[in-house]
Amino acid sequence: MSTTTIEKAKYKILGTRPVRHDGVDKVTGRALYGADIQLAGMLVGKVLRSPHAHARIRSINTRRAEALEGVKAVVTGADLPEPGDQSANLGELGMVPLKHLSHNVLAVSKVLYHGHAVAAVAATSAQIAEEALKLIEVDYEVLPPVLDVLKSMKGEPALLHDDVFTDELGEKSSKPSNVASHQRFQLGDVAKGFASADHILEHEYRCATVHQGYIEPHAATAMWNADGFLTIWCTTQGAFTVRGAVHQILKMPVSKLKVIPTEIGGGFGGKIPVYGEPVAALLSLKAKRPVKVVMSRTEVFLGTGPTSGSYVKLKMGVTKDGRITAAEALLAYEAGAFPGSIVNCGGLCIFAPYHIDNVLIDMYDVVVNKPKTAAYRAPGAPNSELATECLIDEFCEKLRMDPLEFRLKNAAKEGDLQSHGIPHPKIGFIETVEAARQSEHYRSKLEGPNRGRGVASGYWLNAGLTSSAMARVNADGTVTLVEGSTDIGGSRTSIAMQLAEVLGITAEEVIPSVADTDSIGYTEVTGGSRVTFATGWAAYEAGQAIRRQMIDRVAEMWKVAAETVTLEDGIFSANGDRSKTITFKNLAETLAQKGIDIGARITVTPHAVGGAFATHIADVEVDPETGKVTVLRYTAVQDAGKAIHPSYVEGQMQGGVVQGIGWALNEEYVYNESGQMLNASFLDYRMPTSLDLPMIETIIVEVPNPGHPYGVRGVGEVPIVPPPAALSNAIYKAIGVRLRDLPMSPPKVVKALQIAKM
Amino acid sequence: MHAFDYAAPANLTEAIGLLREKGDRARVLSGGTDLIVQVREDKRQVDLVIDAKRIPELMELRFDPGKGLTLGASVPCYRLYGSPELAKAYPGLIDAAELIGGKQIQNRASFGGNLCNSSPAADSIPALIAHSAVCRIAGPEGTRDVPVENFCLGPGKNVLKGSEILVSFFIPAAPRRFGAHYIRFIPRNEMDIAVVGCGASVELTADCRKFQRARIALGAVAPTPLLVESAAAALLNQEVGEPSIERAAAAAQAAARPITDMRGTAEYRHHLVGVLTKRALRKAIERAKEA
Amino acid sequence: MPGKVHVTTVINGEKREFLCQPLQTLLDVLRDELKLTGTKEGCSNGNCGACSVILDGLLVNSCLVLGAEVEGRRIETIEGVIGQDGLHPLQKAFLENAALQCGICTPGFIMAGKALLDQKPRATEAEIRHWCAGNLCRCTGYDKIVRAVLAAEKSI
Repeated sequence: MSTTTIEKAKYKILGTRPVRHDGVDKVTGRALYGADIQLAGMLVGKVLRSPHAHARIRSINTRRAEALEGVKAVVTGADLPEPGDQSANLGELGMVPLKHLSHNVLAVSKVLYHGHAVAAVAATSAQIAEEALKLIEVDYEVLPPVLDVLKSMKGEPALLHDDVFTDELGEKSSKPSNVASHQRFQLGDVAKGFASADHILEHEYRCATVHQGYIEPHAATAMWNADGFLTIWCTTQGAFTVRGAVHQILKMPVSKLKVIPTEIGGGFGGKIPVYGEPVAALLSLKAKRPVKVVMSRTEVFLGTGPTSGSYVKLKMGVTKDGRITAAEALLAYEAGAFPGSIVNCGGLCIFAPYHIDNVLIDMYDVVVNKPKTAAYRAPGAPNSELATECLIDEFCEKLRMDPLEFRLKNAAKEGDLQSHGIPHPKIGFIETVEAARQSEHYRSKLEGPNRGRGVASGYWLNAGLTSSAMARVNADGTVTLVEGSTDIGGSRTSIAMQLAEVLGITAEEVIPSVADTDSIGYTEVTGGSRVTFATGWAAYEAGQAIRRQMIDRVAEMWKVAAETVTLEDGIFSANGDRSKTITFKNLAETLAQKGIDIGARITVTPHAVGGAFATHIADVEVDPETGKVTVLRYTAVQDAGKAIHPSYVEGQMQGGVVQGIGWALNEEYVYNESGQMLNASFLDYRMPTSLDLPMIETIIVEVPNPGHPYGVRGVGEVPIVPPPAALSNAIYKAIGVRLRDLPMSPPKVVKALQIAKM
Repeated sequence: MHAFDYAAPANLTEAIGLLREKGDRARVLSGGTDLIVQVREDKRQVDLVIDAKRIPELMELRFDPGKGLTLGASVPCYRLYGSPELAKAYPGLIDAAELIGGKQIQNRASFGGNLCNSSPAADSIPALIAHSAVCRIAGPEGTRDVPVENFCLGPGKNVLKGSEILVSFFIPAAPRRFGAHYIRFIPRNEMDIAVVGCGASVELTADCRKFQRARIALGAVAPTPLLVESAAAALLNQEVGEPSIERAAAAAQAAARPITDMRGTAEYRHHLVGVLTKRALRKAIERAKEA
Repeated sequence: MPGKVHVTTVINGEKREFLCQPLQTLLDVLRDELKLTGTKEGCSNGNCGACSVILDGLLVNSCLVLGAEVEGRRIETIEGVIGQDGLHPLQKAFLENAALQCGICTPGFIMAGKALLDQKPRATEAEIRHWCAGNLCRCTGYDKIVRAVLAAEKSI
């Protein structure tokens, strides 16, 4: 694997804006998404879900459902193989107890959230399937629901599991608990650090449960053939992850399972876990026909993982010159029904933009009777960085210091230690702050009553992990590129561009496609802001391999040494001999005529990941009588390392910002006292519409990641991190109250103002 | 999802006949933006859906500037805006028509459907009340009129008997110096159900200095939309200005009986009643002055 | 069980007939009976606009129209949106302005954009945002979608 970094900054293809290769299919409605799959004899699968947040299942009787005409199969948790105490290996996503995966797909013995799947039916029509669900009798023993993370830590009002024991700083405790783990990061000595501070502030910050909100519901179609081969079509961020999860849950050989990813209508982390895939497979096995399971929007809210609601307590100490001397945080994150919130990512990111010598972070992973959480764009980071970015704003006010100046003063640089003790590599945080400071937005005046401007920064670590690509040169000089990263946002084009850059051909001359698990090498999920970085790298290496093969071939043809042949701007030439040049296209044609096949198969696991930093500026106007917050203007500055396709980098920034705005202002899961979600629809789970927003200005800064051949840093996730704090800080400037509890919905604003007046 | 049948009668008699036959196992379909969701999510169980959109009287939009507006019950919202005449005469109705749902909803949803769905938070009802609209109802025994403010009896319940159908609204012609406004509070800018809604109309003296008449209606703060007569009384013969507006708002707050639900707390709604009543009145007054 | 309804309609300029149960929506019919899967299902209660089609010239949510209701009506779906050289100016503008990321909301937005431009060829940014408030997008933040509609206006 080559680690050559391209020194020169001028690229032919990188930084241009070609039309994406899958674009025409998507603007004409021809692209096939998960629910569009049609197979002969296909049945409709529907899932029965628990109406209770916490209950024991005394019995399930499916006889009447099975007897209904048109019903071809009924399954429950009893149809899943016993997971026992085995671990499931989710590849680079780690190991989890298999029973947690399995029991989340179909409950066994207990239901742990409103919406937890307990049974499923396959029938000849949706209507019959739904009738059948009504005929399934489930006898529940309702238990007290655990809904608050702090109460849950104390075991109140109940324990969810009798086999979850706290991993207490590496030691397993002996009593069952709702706290699955307590981890700690520590640097220096916070007591000393606080002692040397001139100002100390401490506050609590809470985030409600929010959902990724992808517009396409989950869809999975399974076809289990009589020969034992199972094919699953699904909308997923990771076909290999689905393969891994399903074959382990079903205890079948991985070689008999093929997962075909369809086009995907959004994921943001929420389409990494499996839900309908094993259910569709079980139904198909029983019914001996293909079965499609598509979630309704209500099921998406009730049955899939939102991100963690959280409680963060943050204390920081600052000198009178504005230097942070110590920072201490307690993070308690809701994992949902089963352990595994990403609280440690919250801890990794919380102070990442700042050089702080004395740090103590205690992180608690806590189960509650809500759906098992899934990743949501920079998982864990918005929850924790909200606290830092808001508290810093309070210090700036105390010190009468410009908030960007404060950030520059404390900015982390290459070599500074992160919370977990690993030094930062080359990073671009300072550059984002500088660019924000120079921006037209920041330098403009904001005038008018009840208006305010806030800033906030953010960090996301980004992932490397494994990606595969295969490329083959065609006779007409185009290159077919097959890769394994499901394309949520135009990534196949950015990947193709990196291959094109190596060979000096155009992006349009590369023909990218996303393949299934039989047809491409192992590729980790489309997530973690890793695709342009890692799969792009695989494509880059494939390009390099093709380049070398063609150089060897043409050197043979010209009877010169291969070292004397170069490829520049798509033209091969032998040094010094003007008669020996040939275009990529002509050489491809020539080699094809000779029956010589040029191609490469690459798998990479790059480690030189570059983290992403962002600094945002938000202007708001608050209606003090109603509490409504209007975003007037928003600018997002971000270090992309190298923006391969600037339009899609901008798009990631804008999309992340808007999700952050929704999270900050209006989105939340609303529960009643019994733990039932009340707002499981787009009507009352309020995501921003086009009318709620201004244009989102973007400023891309490029501090190349020295570890990547083109300097790429992942861009997809960090944009969701700063908005909540930027808005909280802006609201403070507008109306003089600080909100630390998301969402900062109108009633809370009004209440805060009323309290402030008293 | 309970299976239902579909009929599209071509006239009122046929429709009434079907309603008579099926009683409350049938439901009239106008725009479908509430009904289709309800029947498919099993929130309402019906055996027959009666599509009203081929019945001429329910699709009629007839404006006689001297007399008033006859608005068929199934006329979609979009037909109301775009007419400068209607905007001038019935600004409160246009306000409501422009903010129910989004474009897709406004191209189908009707005021009649909105009223018959009888949600306390319906956007068209306070506006209709502010404009003194009257319902024309037809049944096997003939026709009857009911003022809009008396139509709803509780959440999802109204005065229609099993075999009756709401045919149209009659909204009287606006007098001189008349202005109206419907305003609601929602957390986003569109697509939400009103947390609180207020429809207000005022009729001023010729010199615009005093209130001659007023009507103030609230949505989402009681089991039905509320015509707040005490708020109107607080304005009668009073000087136009903030003090009288404040008194009307206070009366509106006193009359409101909001509950706490996932869209708002009683406390917050109570607060908003004051805010929105004032804002609705101010705009109604402004329009009255321009009229 | 009520009998099926026989419906004759014109879809994308072609006469089409189908049988449907009364409880099937136009969205169900388009996707499941007619195999026109370009129109997407996002929420089924009229809150996301992914199922938007144009019915007798009006933008509607096909999840809120019964199949039976479209007897004798004209329907335009994404499959019928086409330009002189293959792509409608809106589709071209969406591509050139990177106005889609995952693409699931795109058919709905293109129908909304088409309905808008058919009625108001020179809509402003504010008008576009207001018109499209019934179409949810979770990927783009709407910025590039609005720019694409503005760009399409210039080329029509």
